[in-house]
Amino acid sequence: MINRRKLERAGWIAFFILPGALIVFTFIILPLFISLFNSFFNWNQLIRTDFAGLDNFKKLFGGYPYRERFTNALGNNVKWFVVTMLVQNTLGLLFGYLLSRGIAGAKVYQRLFFIPVLFSIIAVGYLWGLYLRPNGMVNSLLESMGLGGFKRAWLGDGDIATYTIILVNIWRWVGFPTLVFMSAIDNVPVECTEAAVLDGTNEWQLFSKIVLPLIVPSITIIVVLTIIGSLNVFEQVYTMAGLDGPPNYATDTIGTLFYRTAFGSVDSGAPEIGIGSAIAVVIYVMTFFVSLGSIVLTKSKEVEL
Amino acid sequence: MNTGMRFKGAGLGKKVFLAVMQLVMIGYVILIVYPLFNMIISSFKTTKDIMQKPFALPVELDFSNYVYIWVDKGFGRYFLNSLLFTGTAMVFVVLLGSMAAYGISRYSFRGNTLVYMFFLSGIMLPLKAAIIPLFQIVKGLGVMDTPLSVIFIFIAMGLPSTVFILSGFMKTIPAALEQAARIDGCNDLRIYSQIVMPITAPSIALVTIYNAVPIWNDFFFPMVFIQSDRFKTLPVGLSSFIGQHSTKWNLLFTGLSIAIVPMLVLYLFMSKYFIKGMTAGAVK
Repeated sequence: MINRRKLERAGWIAFFILPGALIVFTFIILPLFISLFNSFFNWNQLIRTDFAGLDNFKKLFGGYPYRERFTNALGNNVKWFVVTMLVQNTLGLLFGYLLSRGIAGAKVYQRLFFIPVLFSIIAVGYLWGLYLRPNGMVNSLLESMGLGGFKRAWLGDGDIATYTIILVNIWRWVGFPTLVFMSAIDNVPVECTEAAVLDGTNEWQLFSKIVLPLIVPSITIIVVLTIIGSLNVFEQVYTMAGLDGPPNYATDTIGTLFYRTAFGSVDSGAPEIGIGSAIAVVIYVMTFFVSLGSIVLTKSKEVEL
Repeated sequence: MNTGMRFKGAGLGKKVFLAVMQLVMIGYVILIVYPLFNMIISSFKTTKDIMQKPFALPVELDFSNYVYIWVDKGFGRYFLNSLLFTGTAMVFVVLLGSMAAYGISRYSFRGNTLVYMFFLSGIMLPLKAAIIPLFQIVKGLGVMDTPLSVIFIFIAMGLPSTVFILSGFMKTIPAALEQAARIDGCNDLRIYSQIVMPITAPSIALVTIYNAVPIWNDFFFPMVFIQSDRFKTLPVGLSSFIGQHSTKWNLLFTGLSIAIVPMLVLYLFMSKYFIKGMTAGAVK
């Protein structure tokens, strides 16, 4: 009798979990292992030939043109991460705090700030690409405000093109950390904040000593999502600059490099499945370990109520 | 935390800071609303007018761009495809995702944490990097160049975050509720569908918007897996304008305006629950 009930319960668990698990396994977990497998072989276009051991990884890290392209691209991914953390997430935290504290207009802001996320990346790329042209709206606006000295070829100048694309991406996404932090701060128990205010804490102390330690879990989530997002930049560069990361690879990222390797090619003009898979494996490994590292790091800062 | 402790009686420094922040936020609102407005008015203009007088209002409300792109350029079909693919994928994301979240959060069994981590790892594994194996798998399943190819991948795209958000919420539902229903003779399926799901509604709104937007806007997977024109989606139709030297900007802006409407409508309808869902402990 007990066994029957146990069996029935196990049946229900399987019924609820298995369908979703099957999809996740087939389209997310399995490809990870296939990528790993593919990266150990030589490929003639789309046909697998002989076992290559670590040759593909050696090519990627060892010689022209891959090593140069890869380090250059990774450098840009790091820029994406640092600037996004500094600008987007700091701004998001500030906005979230002010919205939660009921700054005038908070109800309107919290609805509007998410709208840029609704734009497709294609729309963002076209719109801002057009506005940021040398003779586009941004420059003519600067001109008319008497700030002509600040006019730039925003996407044409290799020194600033990556930062321009990052800023446009921040324009699109800042509402997300804002809402996450806002709701986290909304959930800080009133007793904590009220007690602090009665004790005469000032606003800065309230923010840094009470609120910040209590919202560490949501900070972890945002940091991890930023890491994942920064390592997987592709569409933004593709739509605003192009697959080759112009000008002269200044905006290239691992995502665009991977795409060119797997479909077009960096070297010979043919798809390089072996090296492409090696890049994919490197993306996986980096995403996983950097995310894990940041989770461990922030976990130690977490406080229990 | 908004408990009437507003920024009243603030010192001068704080007032200046708040004024500056108001300016920043208003500035950002303008940066949001203006491009949206500009995109829509441009769809009523000619390319010549867009380039020469980008700030000017259209001379008249001329819908010919819309008719042309909808009928002659095939955007009517693309729109329908996008709606169908996104809709189907979202039904399964919410259904399978909430079922898995229910199984993980409402039963304790050996390997529970492992199953949870299994779904969570999907958030950390970038799908785009898996494009080569996905190509092999889609080919192996024999669904290449059919709607199923992208629908499968869209479901996989949405499941991990859905399981993460919903199981976080479902854990907070008191067990007493479930026991009462069990005594009344409800089986597990009815507890899931008639007790747990209705309470979870705000979080469902959250996962719907969180996932429907990137799925609706995705052009990467349809671009790779769909070749037939009759299965193409809106973003793919729009991306065909990339790199053209004489871009027809008026048609492009028309297409972009069409593409954002469903997401705006969805968001406006659900934004109340969306924000509630976030606060309800979904992303704590």
